[in-house]
Amino acid sequence: MNAFVAILRRDLLLAMRRKSEMLTALFFFMIVVSLFPLGIGPETALLRRIAPGVLWVAALLAAMLSLNRLFAADHQDGTLEQMALSPTPLALLVSGKVLAHWLTAGLPLVLLAPVLGLQFDLSSRALGILMLSLLLGTPLLSLIGAIGAALTLGVRGGGVLLSLLVLPLYIPALIFGAGAVEADMAGLGAGGHLSLLGALLALGLFFAPWATTAALRIALE
Amino acid sequence: MSQPLINWFKFASPASFYPLAGKMWPWFAALATAFAAAGLWISFFVAPTDFQQGEGYRIIFIHVPASWMSMFIYCVMAFWSAIGIGFNTRLSGMMSSALAPTGALFAFLSLWTGALWGKPMWGAWWVWDARLTSELILLFLYLGYIALTAAIDDPRRADKAGAIVSLVGVINVPIIYFSVKWWNTLHQGASVSMTKAPTMAATMLWGMLLMALAFWMYSIAVALYRVRAIILERERHATWVAELLEMQR
Amino acid sequence: MLQAHGLACVRGDRRLFSGVDLAVAPGQWLQVEGANGAGKTSLLRILAGLSPAADGRIEWEGRPVTDVRDDFHARLLYLGHAPAIKDDLSALENLQSAAAVGGRPLDEATALTALRRIGLKGREDLPSRVLSQGQKRRVALARLLCGQARLWVLDEPFVALDVGAVDMLCGILDEHIGRGGMLIFTSHQAVQLQGNGARLELTK
Repeated sequence: MNAFVAILRRDLLLAMRRKSEMLTALFFFMIVVSLFPLGIGPETALLRRIAPGVLWVAALLAAMLSLNRLFAADHQDGTLEQMALSPTPLALLVSGKVLAHWLTAGLPLVLLAPVLGLQFDLSSRALGILMLSLLLGTPLLSLIGAIGAALTLGVRGGGVLLSLLVLPLYIPALIFGAGAVEADMAGLGAGGHLSLLGALLALGLFFAPWATTAALRIALE
Repeated sequence: MSQPLINWFKFASPASFYPLAGKMWPWFAALATAFAAAGLWISFFVAPTDFQQGEGYRIIFIHVPASWMSMFIYCVMAFWSAIGIGFNTRLSGMMSSALAPTGALFAFLSLWTGALWGKPMWGAWWVWDARLTSELILLFLYLGYIALTAAIDDPRRADKAGAIVSLVGVINVPIIYFSVKWWNTLHQGASVSMTKAPTMAATMLWGMLLMALAFWMYSIAVALYRVRAIILERERHATWVAELLEMQR
Repeated sequence: MLQAHGLACVRGDRRLFSGVDLAVAPGQWLQVEGANGAGKTSLLRILAGLSPAADGRIEWEGRPVTDVRDDFHARLLYLGHAPAIKDDLSALENLQSAAAVGGRPLDEATALTALRRIGLKGREDLPSRVLSQGQKRRVALARLLCGQARLWVLDEPFVALDVGAVDMLCGILDEHIGRGGMLIFTSHQAVQLQGNGARLELTK
């Protein structure tokens, strides 16, 4: 457990020393979301309708931007080898790294989303559901993304390949996440969507570190 | 240990599987041709014209079996991947990568014929039907697998990475399917079901079944043929390949 | 005691080596030699358990290393080609986080002592980005002074070090062997270590 905390602290410290990378992903999120009203027109009823989908798709893309960095630096400078040789199970260390990724790439999106939601004239209740769905969904994005990042480690054209591998797997999170907000706005209640998202998160927490570890060991061979 | 009927692990070695696959694939190709001939005959000449959909519906004899096969092949790939990870057999990864292009082909065929069917039926090449959407995502999964294995130079590493992708994918296929279905029912606007065919005539079922068998046999034949090429490529430095080439000269 | 029998390594299409036998007992060192591309690094990675051997078996204290993996890794210190140094962290932070990830947290005093002994006095808190190649190697080598690992597997530990540092590292290695430690390393230099040693030449 100590090693888990150690790797979490180290990755957070590294992220703090490289704030610009974190901020770039956030700006990307803001710009993509702001482009939609410009492309579609400022009609509030339409914007309100597409808001959940737009915000979720933009969050998905922004979370993916930072995935490349998740293991690449560690792979290059030899830290990954040291992790694989640690007496602590690699899956636990990987979980620490994924948690650090979520805290630096996922959580800021959750906090920023309601502000951007105001651009789309969402009610405060819808904004709350949006935050809740992102809070449940973004960790899942980090977990699934870690598998893709590990698989494309040191592979030619890894960045584009990563999106090809990961985006189809993000679809359920997108459907239930954006669906929760839409369902609530339609007066159907978001409970079903949110609990399914929670179930997916539990499944991801269980399987993803294992698959990521297996992929990392392959990359190290 | 008691003597097993067939020593399966013997065929897990590429050197002994190569000639076996060479003997088997023409048979499966012949079966595929026979089933396809019978299936096409039923679907074009025996099956009655649908009183609602006219002659256009006959595309389902390709569309439905192609969809079945695309999903089934993904499961077979995942099965070989699990074997490859569990027993560390080289042949499993080769089988997986031999199957992937065929699976992707069927997924594409299913989408294409779906569009051809959709145009006369609903007046649109594409509707966001739950099954069509899932099929599209399945095609993405196939393409991801193929792109990843093609991008990794070391074949052993490519096999293992591909195995993880297909296993992660196969866990996700049902999740994706149900989420898309859920999404489809929430958005009532686009819910046009392709599956609620009015009671199907027995001859139509027979045609579909025969075509499915034909596709199945075709997949096996092509996979065996392709795996032979992969074996030769991977084992080109092995002595048995050199001897084989010597014999053919 | 680490023993290996009939190790073979295949990279892509090429068979780098096969039939490699070796044994390192407490108080012994082994220098792996060979031309560029002979598979020295691959052999060390196989011995450390990072990549699987194409053939052969490895035993730690008489048991297959796959059975006692955790115990083996708890007693192993491996330093690879890449020094595992983060440019954005200071020498002290690098040393402490590496130790903590390796499961042996390090208090600051011990870490500082090690860094000073390795010749980085006054540079403990600088970001590693401003250190020279040789100084970065020294940060990595400081890990040798902090752990209680029995077996050291070092890939080219003398690379990028100046004459003084080479002598110092030899002293550290001698000390380790004198304490009954085990050492496997590669080097292009002819290194004179004390104690009971052997050389292994990798050929096809």
